[in-house]
Amino acid sequence: MAGTTIARDPVRARARRRRDRSTRAGYAFLSPWLIGFFGLTAGPMIASLYLSFTDYNLFTPPVFTGLENYQRLLTDSNFLQAAKVTALYVVFGTPIKLAAALAIAMLLHNSRRGQGFYRSAYYLPSLIGGSVSIAIVWKAMFIDEGIVAQVGEVFGGAPAADGGWVGDPGRTLPMLVLLTVWQFGAPMVIFLAGLKQVPTEMYEAAEVDGAGPVRRFWSVTVPLLSPVLFFNLLLETIHAFQIFNSAFIISNGSGGPAQSTLFYTLYLYFRGFRDFQMGYASAMAWVLVIVVGLVSLLLFRSSKSWVHYSGDDK
Amino acid sequence: MSIATAQPQAERQRRSAVLRKRARARRAGGSVLFHLFSLAVLIVILYPAVWMLMSSFKPSNEIIGSVSLAPTGGGFQNYATALEGIGGISFWTFVVNSLILAVGSVVGILLSCSFAAYAFARVRFRGRNLFFVCMIATMLLPFHVVIIPQYIVFNNLGMINTYWPLLLGKFLATESFFVFLMIQFIRGLPRELDEAAVIDGAGHPRIFFSIILPLMKPALVTSSIFAFIWSWNDFFGPLLYLKEPGMYTMPLALRLYVDQTSTSDYGAQMAMAILALLPVLLFFFAFQRQLVGGVATQGLKG
Repeated sequence: MAGTTIARDPVRARARRRRDRSTRAGYAFLSPWLIGFFGLTAGPMIASLYLSFTDYNLFTPPVFTGLENYQRLLTDSNFLQAAKVTALYVVFGTPIKLAAALAIAMLLHNSRRGQGFYRSAYYLPSLIGGSVSIAIVWKAMFIDEGIVAQVGEVFGGAPAADGGWVGDPGRTLPMLVLLTVWQFGAPMVIFLAGLKQVPTEMYEAAEVDGAGPVRRFWSVTVPLLSPVLFFNLLLETIHAFQIFNSAFIISNGSGGPAQSTLFYTLYLYFRGFRDFQMGYASAMAWVLVIVVGLVSLLLFRSSKSWVHYSGDDK
Repeated sequence: MSIATAQPQAERQRRSAVLRKRARARRAGGSVLFHLFSLAVLIVILYPAVWMLMSSFKPSNEIIGSVSLAPTGGGFQNYATALEGIGGISFWTFVVNSLILAVGSVVGILLSCSFAAYAFARVRFRGRNLFFVCMIATMLLPFHVVIIPQYIVFNNLGMINTYWPLLLGKFLATESFFVFLMIQFIRGLPRELDEAAVIDGAGHPRIFFSIILPLMKPALVTSSIFAFIWSWNDFFGPLLYLKEPGMYTMPLALRLYVDQTSTSDYGAQMAMAILALLPVLLFFFAFQRQLVGGVATQGLKG
């Protein structure tokens, strides 16, 4: 096919040859990614969509059951519990974490001296917070007679139920929210990078015009920072939906007490890799993808009204 | 120029000067306040880490129920206990297993992601934009939707309880974070370099290996550190695929240890937790600037 037009127009032929070479090089460089994308992402996605309509236990061939898995989800009280706990975690954890990140980024931004030191130190929890080590420490701190219960009683808090916060179904979620808020460092670093892009003349102009600190925050900082705010919100929300390690370790791999740490991915893991109900777990995975997709879409839609991209943004 | 517009301007300038003077005065007093507040935050932030460190030197019966940080003897006993290993498997086996996976991940990610990043950032070809969108989308995709079919395939290939399932994706650039980080870096390199090379007759492989790749060193360093740490801390992947304790990585061993010692030996658990975190902490202290810089660039352009 390439040979038919070459003879007629040498200039165009040379351009085409260059384009062909470029295309070949592009696909060659991209080939590992392409294999990974189709073999480990796109292909498995389609496979799990198919599996979600089947009954499959890994040992006997899958049996097509139509929408049965999805129908069962609606009446599965464990599933509803997992959805509820995860939703609460996302709704409370993400905004608190981002508010802390923004507040502390603003504080650090205004003072140059020592900024680098504090920035690194505050970032450390983000680096280690997802590890098993920290989950174990968190558990030890919140267990009965643990440090948190002790301090709480000093300040007149009610003694926790048997087992401390770890054993109290009403307190495991706040405990895990605290763990994620503790890791505010990563979004804070991103906020700081964004704050650096805000021209100081903007603040000076606003101050000269008589705007107080509160007004300056809402009228200068928030609009100019909104792309970064949006980025952090999107990433942290999606991330929060997938909490697993800390809940798994703190509940000893049970999702307890009283299913208070039965997060979505934990329940998916139980169904898929403990009970080997691969079809049911696939349906759960697809529901998660759809929910995360809808939430992302909602955020993107809403961003049109509150995220401002400045014209000269590279 | 009329006097009517000049006067408010002079007034503005005067007010601006006054404000600047006031701000300078405020800064001197504010600086002390700033450091006091920052230190208070620092103490709250680092308390769990310090508590963990101190607890690892305490006898177990002193950890729970003790607010104080100072250890009262006990010394390195907990570390000795932790280093004894678990159920006849040496502690160092877990370290070596974790190292194999971490180093393998770093190599795989550096190779595959730099190739992909070069293609996305510098080569023009049909379908590039579409694939770029796909790459960004995988960053937002909950990975749980792919693990079940992946597990089934690896199970059928007899690869359960091997490191293949954990490393294969790293060699196939499935971690978009790194591809994206490298794309951002390559885009910042001057295009004149490539163009000069093209005039000299260099093709894409030459440009990549002799111009772009050497210049990418900072991005490769940052990627290596993150790749190492994330692999070292990974829990879910090894939990799925590694069944035999002899193959366990540090996080799995740690979990096994906690299960076995139940609630009694907190001191040894803390010591083991510290040992598991040690490489991460060393990386942090050595490369904090690259780590923080890597996170910062990630958010600059979404």
